[in-house]
Amino acid sequence: MNNLLVLPMLLPIVVGVLLIFLRTYGRVQAWISIASMLVTSGISVYLLHKVQTDGIFRLDFGGWEPPFGILFVADSFSVLLVLTSSIVTAICLSYALISTSKELQTMYFYPSVLFLIAGVNGSFLTGDLFNLFVCFEVMLLSSYVLLTLGNSKRQLREAIKYVSINIVSSWFFLVALAFLYGAVGTLNMAHVAERVAEVGQTPLLTTISIVFLIVFSLKAGLLLYFWLPGSYSSPPIVTSALFGALLTKVGIYALFRTFSLIFYHQPETTHLLIGIMAALTLIGGSLGAIAFNDIRTIAAYNVVIAVGFILVGLAISTPASIEGSIYYLIHDMVAKALLFLLVGTMITLSGTSKMAGMSGLMKNYPLLGWSFFVTMLSLAGIPPLSGFIGKVLISGAAIDSGSYVLLALALLSSIFVLYSLLRVFKNCFWGETIVSKEEQPPLRKGVLWPCLALVLLTIGIGLGTEGMAPYVTDAAETLLNPGIYIDAVLGLIQ
Amino acid sequence: MESLIIILVGVLTTVAIYLVLSKNIVRVILGTAILSHAVHLLILSMGGLKLGAVPLLGEEAETYVDALPQALILTAIVISFAVTAFILVLAYRAHQELGTDNLSAMRGSDDE
Amino acid sequence: MNINDVILKTVSKAVVLIILTFGIYLFFSGHNEPGGGFIGGLVIASAFVLMFLSYDSETVSGALPIDFKKLSALGVLLAMISGIAPMFFGGAFLSQSFGYFDLPIFGKTELATVTVFEGGIALTVVGVVVNIILSISEDE
Repeated sequence: MNNLLVLPMLLPIVVGVLLIFLRTYGRVQAWISIASMLVTSGISVYLLHKVQTDGIFRLDFGGWEPPFGILFVADSFSVLLVLTSSIVTAICLSYALISTSKELQTMYFYPSVLFLIAGVNGSFLTGDLFNLFVCFEVMLLSSYVLLTLGNSKRQLREAIKYVSINIVSSWFFLVALAFLYGAVGTLNMAHVAERVAEVGQTPLLTTISIVFLIVFSLKAGLLLYFWLPGSYSSPPIVTSALFGALLTKVGIYALFRTFSLIFYHQPETTHLLIGIMAALTLIGGSLGAIAFNDIRTIAAYNVVIAVGFILVGLAISTPASIEGSIYYLIHDMVAKALLFLLVGTMITLSGTSKMAGMSGLMKNYPLLGWSFFVTMLSLAGIPPLSGFIGKVLISGAAIDSGSYVLLALALLSSIFVLYSLLRVFKNCFWGETIVSKEEQPPLRKGVLWPCLALVLLTIGIGLGTEGMAPYVTDAAETLLNPGIYIDAVLGLIQ
Repeated sequence: MESLIIILVGVLTTVAIYLVLSKNIVRVILGTAILSHAVHLLILSMGGLKLGAVPLLGEEAETYVDALPQALILTAIVISFAVTAFILVLAYRAHQELGTDNLSAMRGSDDE
Repeated sequence: MNINDVILKTVSKAVVLIILTFGIYLFFSGHNEPGGGFIGGLVIASAFVLMFLSYDSETVSGALPIDFKKLSALGVLLAMISGIAPMFFGGAFLSQSFGYFDLPIFGKTELATVTVFEGGIALTVVGVVVNIILSISEDE
């Protein structure tokens, strides 16, 4: 029995429910939820190790064997993402413990975050397409709650748009599921993959795959990112950090899973489309990142650029590019959480999110300034930080496969990332400040610790790439050879 | 029977899209509710329709229908129920705070 | 403003009991026939909503000292526990089992652990539905 496999989803739910009974104890809630995320990280490390030694394994809920029941499947790709998201969440929660106001903490903030994580981890681990839909909804409902916590006018306005767009995308998801069920008669991912491979990817199935592409693109912010900057820049900063780090990544994961496991037979249609969408996303995100003066909006557009960049790897679909995408996905979860936390700290200090209202922060907060500098370098892909390896692998793969347009756009987008953040760095940290050291509002005690932890993590991932390599290689190998996954899931009954 | 249901799904979707595209937020919410009904019917007809059969296979059952779509629909209904309830409360709160139920008045500016 | 709602109040006193009974019936029949935790929970919740409609919320809250938020949390917890429990007996998560027992009044009865899970769902549904209605109807 591999019951441990369900814990990354089960533990947050159970702890989240228990926290509802502890509503008035804000700090206790924070500590319990941080502890539960650390336990989840520990479990994921163990699962990762187990996948490495025993191969892919699964848990059939209620003992119903596939393809009849719902199941969770652990392969290196999903477990790596579960591990990263759990660590990032633990760090974001510790930032919330230090910085967030008491009113927010008692309004079910921590239970909502835990339910969000349950949905995220469930989406990573599930081996059933309908269960993926359910986990998406768990995640989305929690994100609706988190987005509206605080009740400011701007949040309510953005939340209505965010909820409406997600209702429509969930509707598309259900339509795609209905047609897929009608076409192949199953929703177990491995079983679907097997049947699609048997009958060949007919035009009907390709059309269904494009409906899936639209759904996941809406969630990931691939081309259909118009909702993203507004809703990611309105809620409290911890929420933005969690959204920026995790939510789009779930959509990206779903794209990778479906288009490498199930619909990989017609790359000249689907993968070309993904490539075009990724290219347009890179262009749009880059323009957005340099066009605005609000630093939270700039950070949100940086999320969009990263989505385009990661999907370039899927569009090319060679071993090196998939590996690069996985490295970059992990890097981006850490770096985006860090970017949002730093931006949030800057906004708290200066009381405005406009670049024009900030100047010379470096004089009084050197540590904050240099953390931002490291983040900027990491996002631009300067070695030895974590963004480097992903960019090198994807660019190398683009050259090998002759996708020069994607290569040029991917590299140009890195320059735009660098430029947009350099602009923030120059305007906000350098320049004159009329505020003297005594008058500056002091940093809340310890508020930089979570940011420093993430800085260390991005440096650590950059330097420790060698140690991660076997896991990432294994993940990429599984993604490119669907047979491994299918055998692991359906092996027993054949 | 299937063709009839599919036409019904089409009609429902048309109505829903008309409602979703309007400016009044309550009409948008009604639209999303109808949208979800349409897709539930679509899932149901994907499992094949038979008259007078329940999705439970007893010992003496002579006929039964595919149980999976029904399970899927039940789950989808629960989810759309929760989401609709949430967006109704959200619209109500937004109406209280912003003083409008017109979506084009909620476009907002950056000056807040 | 005083509306003469004596008919509504009198009728709902009787009807609430009928609805509750029907809800519990649906809940238990769900094992082998159409019904189950979700639908039973909805019907039970509609009984509570009817009470809130016909009497003011202070009266009902005084008679029913239930925090519906905590009720739904309790429901989720119960459902989760019924899923976790088999993990300690070597089964998979969410495994269910059933057996036949000779009970004093009912005779030979089938008892299944899935009832615990369904009970959790019913509690959650009751809690959530009443909560939604209350949060829409309460003006701040």
